[in-house]
Amino acid sequence: MLSALFPLGITHYALGGALMGLGVALLYVTTGRPGGVSTFFSSSWSWLLKTPFFRQASLVDSRRWRLIYTLGLVLGGGLYVLVGLPVEASHIPAWKLAFGGLLIGFGARLGGGCTSGHGICGMASLSPGSFLMVVTFLGMGIVTASLFKWLGV
Amino acid sequence: MHSDHKFLDPLATLVSGLLFGFGLAWSTMIRPESVLAFLTLYDLGLLFVLGSAVGLNLVVYQLMPRLCRRTLLGTDFQQRPFAMDRSTLLGGILFGIGWGICGVCPGPALAGLGAGNLDLLIALAAIFVGALLHGLWVDARSPQGDA
Repeated sequence: MLSALFPLGITHYALGGALMGLGVALLYVTTGRPGGVSTFFSSSWSWLLKTPFFRQASLVDSRRWRLIYTLGLVLGGGLYVLVGLPVEASHIPAWKLAFGGLLIGFGARLGGGCTSGHGICGMASLSPGSFLMVVTFLGMGIVTASLFKWLGV
Repeated sequence: MHSDHKFLDPLATLVSGLLFGFGLAWSTMIRPESVLAFLTLYDLGLLFVLGSAVGLNLVVYQLMPRLCRRTLLGTDFQQRPFAMDRSTLLGGILFGIGWGICGVCPGPALAGLGAGNLDLLIALAAIFVGALLHGLWVDARSPQGDA
């Protein structure tokens, strides 16, 4: 039964998740910042654009640490490869990455967070809104991915 | 921020991101196929990723502000600003559809790029464009600019 639900085992999932959690926890304990990732994609535009939205203090004031945090995320993925741990190749069609990415960027910013902001920090804060958001995007994700699989695209 | 933390603050932030990114790679979440295997209910292992990441932070987020008045670097613990309404719900729906189409979310896309998956540059560029459109759309809806 369990092996049917978890065909690849659970060890790497639980350990990877713990390490992710450790990163988010370290950021909170040292700086008090909730470590959501998606705001980076708005706050970075504030370097270039002076429109009212991108001039907001919440974006301008956080853009520096968000850039550093993002650099850490990229380096973390690089370090994982550097120490010789296994990565399997990925073959997602470009149109899916482009179209999905657009919805992800717009939706995460409109929704006030993504899987890290709502999923980890919001739920750890016991925020009822974040629980609802997680249920919403998880539900839509399952429906959409299953539909695409069923359609064979 | 304390002036003597001008170096420690970015360092702690960088190391936090690094641990997060390393964990994302280890959990295989950087590979969109793994996420899609979860979303199509073929492999529910991501529940354990979420479980351990949230479980650990549930303890940290609930206990730390009660035990310590300030963070280790002397700053305040910040609240995530969030109020649920119709437009945030729409945001969650759009995010979920995008997530289900390509199996990518912002954190894993960044860590996956670091792990050498250059295809993710397409997703990251599109996420940037999506966030740009959101910001411009918010301004267009509120001409006074009180975003």
